[in-house]
Amino acid sequence: MTATAPHEATAYLVKGAAIGDGAATDLLIRNGVIAETGTGLSAAGATVIDAEGLVAVPGMVDLHTHLREPGREDAETVETGSRAAALGGFTAVHAMANSSPVADTAGVVEQVYTLGRKAGWTDVRPVGAVTIGLAGERLAELGAMADSRARVRVFSDDGICVHDPVLMRRALEYVKAFDGVIAQHAQEPRLTDGAQMNEGDVSAVLGMTGWPAVAEESIIARDVLLAQHVDSRLHVCHVSTAGSVEIIRWAKQRGIKVTAEVTPHHLWLTDELVRSYDPVYKVNPPLRTDEDVQALRAGLADGTIDIIGTDHAPHPSEAKECEWAQAAMGMTGLETALSVVQHTMIESGLIGWDDFARITSLMPAQIGRLQDQGQPLEAGSAANITLIDPAARWTVEPNKMATMGRNSPFAGRELPGRVVATFYQGHPTVLDGSLNTPRTAEGE
Amino acid sequence: MRHLLSTEDLCKDDAVRILDTAEEMAAVSDREVKKLPVLRGRTVVNLFFEDSTRTRISFEAAAKRLSADVINFAAKGSSVSKGESLKDTAQTLEAMGADAVVIRHWASGAPARLAASGWIDAAVVNAGDGTHEHPTQALLDAFTMRRNWARINGTASLGTDLSGMKVAIVGDVLHSRVARSNLWLLRTLGADVTMVAPPTLLPVGVAKWPCTVSYDLDETLATGPDAVMMLRLQGERMNAAFFPSTREYSRRWGFDDSRLKALDSHGLKGTIIMHPGPMNRGLEISAAAADSPRSTVLQQVRNGVSVRMAALYLLLSGETHTAPATIQEAQR
Amino acid sequence: MSTSAAAPSPQPARVVLAEADIDRALTRIAHEILEANKGSKDLVLLGIPRRGYPLASRLAAKIAATDPGVKAEDITGQLDVTMFRDDLKRQPTRAPLPTQLPATGIDDKVVVLVDDVLYSGRTIRAALDALVDLGRPRIVRLAVLVDRGHRELPIRADHVGKNLPTSSAEKVRVHLAETDTVDGRPVNEVVIEDRTA
Repeated sequence: MTATAPHEATAYLVKGAAIGDGAATDLLIRNGVIAETGTGLSAAGATVIDAEGLVAVPGMVDLHTHLREPGREDAETVETGSRAAALGGFTAVHAMANSSPVADTAGVVEQVYTLGRKAGWTDVRPVGAVTIGLAGERLAELGAMADSRARVRVFSDDGICVHDPVLMRRALEYVKAFDGVIAQHAQEPRLTDGAQMNEGDVSAVLGMTGWPAVAEESIIARDVLLAQHVDSRLHVCHVSTAGSVEIIRWAKQRGIKVTAEVTPHHLWLTDELVRSYDPVYKVNPPLRTDEDVQALRAGLADGTIDIIGTDHAPHPSEAKECEWAQAAMGMTGLETALSVVQHTMIESGLIGWDDFARITSLMPAQIGRLQDQGQPLEAGSAANITLIDPAARWTVEPNKMATMGRNSPFAGRELPGRVVATFYQGHPTVLDGSLNTPRTAEGE
Repeated sequence: MRHLLSTEDLCKDDAVRILDTAEEMAAVSDREVKKLPVLRGRTVVNLFFEDSTRTRISFEAAAKRLSADVINFAAKGSSVSKGESLKDTAQTLEAMGADAVVIRHWASGAPARLAASGWIDAAVVNAGDGTHEHPTQALLDAFTMRRNWARINGTASLGTDLSGMKVAIVGDVLHSRVARSNLWLLRTLGADVTMVAPPTLLPVGVAKWPCTVSYDLDETLATGPDAVMMLRLQGERMNAAFFPSTREYSRRWGFDDSRLKALDSHGLKGTIIMHPGPMNRGLEISAAAADSPRSTVLQQVRNGVSVRMAALYLLLSGETHTAPATIQEAQR
Repeated sequence: MSTSAAAPSPQPARVVLAEADIDRALTRIAHEILEANKGSKDLVLLGIPRRGYPLASRLAAKIAATDPGVKAEDITGQLDVTMFRDDLKRQPTRAPLPTQLPATGIDDKVVVLVDDVLYSGRTIRAALDALVDLGRPRIVRLAVLVDRGHRELPIRADHVGKNLPTSSAEKVRVHLAETDTVDGRPVNEVVIEDRTA
């Protein structure tokens, strides 16, 4: 892939990329929008990008990322996390609220929002906490966060479950006032006290306290019924069990307004990996069984699960280079998401690239109510575009990633598919598979 | 054998070799000069993150009888208060020249992490990790059972396994590394195992384990086991609703005097009562049972030293890695 | 081994002691032992496994045949020297074999160590160390079926079945019916063959 003009050019002509599963098309990007699509396009002064053999999808949108700033800048910052997002093909990420201080006020969410704009690599949309300090006792000022410059629409105590049924009901009702959605981390705390891994055959042998599937499923079952009762939107974070998929399928059949996400790692990895006791495989919700993996793939393919959410969770190395029981839970995911989804869902024949665009861009943007993301690649749409080379293969080397977190469970594996270019509001943040320049807010 | 981390992956040949070597080590312990020169100049470190005087002393005696130098390291820190990291502690010991690290830890998998991490070069012996495994306990239990089995059958124990033997393991299986280690080793040595426990104290995956499961101790005793192994019960578990009270637990699953008599009335002349210690007299085992001639508790302790001598010998006495020639190499 | 001129082609194994030769040698050794000790009092024969033990048993049987006051099994034992070897770190780990002493022990006894082949002398050095930890014999002597020379330590045998000058390129194999079969038949013979064979 070559550029034939200096990078200060404001117009880009992407030639010959397949639009999803469709035919090769040219895309002319100018002033932040897709100016024109067609074949045999030309534009004087535009930088030409040869995209033959590449697939173009709307810029990916992650509804579930941990950027760690403010408070845990030893693990990640908005700057480093945004770079990782851009390299992963994401033009928007939702930054979860479990920072320190917690993002439970307009002040903190605006701070994160501003940091994202300054970094300029991707749209950083802060998620607001549901309860003050994530303590699960009192509602945070959801309205103030919605009205702030960060324009929060997604609210979550992720990391912790909103387990009090009355509080969950109130939260579901309250956000209707500003078209918000509660994103639940489904984990009944009493059933998972001290839990280290999935409760099953492997945990029995390894002698580790188990995290039973029912602790996730019972909360989802309760929440979909609450959402039905108060007629509100519910989003379920990181679905991990076959039983959860069935409950969500049942709820959707009854017209309940529930959406759900799955992480790339839950589409591939199982609890058998925990036998190594390597804490890189320690995550919440835990890796489950092969039956669960197959049910999640099928649920994603048939739309029961609406989107991919990476749950990108970087940790400093000392939090993972220790005994399992001491280790932090979480895996990085922004830079490996595309490849893992391609391997588990596309190369297995379950979905095509159009579905890929739906689950990584259209639907997440819709759930998060993002106006200028997740738009189909046609004239007039905001130019948030990801160019993918499906034929590429690369080996995951955490030391070479943009994220500060070295805790990728795919370290050392060879994966298919690579992001070649990412266009963020018309500006290329990634070219030739590497970081280019951030987008400056003054426009180009 | 490079490390001794579990009995789950101990093959039968290695297991029998350890038991046979332990027979010779036991002979040494009966002599006036209780010493062999095999590990002279080697350093064995007891790295204990969990208090256990009995196991530590057993390993210390074993190492010293083989002429090794012993260093005891009581590591600070717990799940609540983080002390020095496992990595730093291990590397400090390596820098001090440890040839073997005997590690007891409250976290399942810590010895495996140590062995696989590349932080140290020393041989790693698991002296009990969380609720996962306690391989030397299982080995000394098997050694005890093997000697007993041979005595009853009038054969020598050397070179034999436990084929045909019936063993009942009774108690808090869910939280027991002794139960797990024993199960894998007994299966490898050809014994039939029955786990007896209240349903709350059996792990969810137990149906897939190579054993029978029973909730009824009396029924199990009636089947004529050759060894009954009682597991220690932590009374505080009743606060997490694993059983309503220690009294009810004791009545249903404790080895009380009536069950001691039942062994006689079933005609089980050779059946032994085992316990890994420390015992809660009156809770999972009555005083009469603990002190009866059928009880092998003290034999187990004595055999523990012999088995640990065998383990250390087999891990340390063979070919070793060549020492790094330069400091740069040592820092890898 | 040097790789200069063409190496000599390996010789086939040749038998240096047949069954009858072995028996004659052991009979002579048994008589020598009794002679040196002026009788059978306080005698203990300790065989070094594996083949030293069957040899010790045979010697004890011959001694008991001449002296009715002696029961062969009362004066025979096995002394395993694995733990006292000086080359443990160079070899894969070896499991020890049993050490069994006669019921009357070795204190103040005349202990005759019995082994099949005396070569570098290191096995006997280890045996002496093992004995010291087991008790205090009054006298220790050494009986071997074959002495093939090439001593690396100042050790010598008191009773030798056959002196066999050998080169270090050769291997001496002792086969005893109690421990060895050749083509399925128990065999008694001593054989020399080239190491390269």
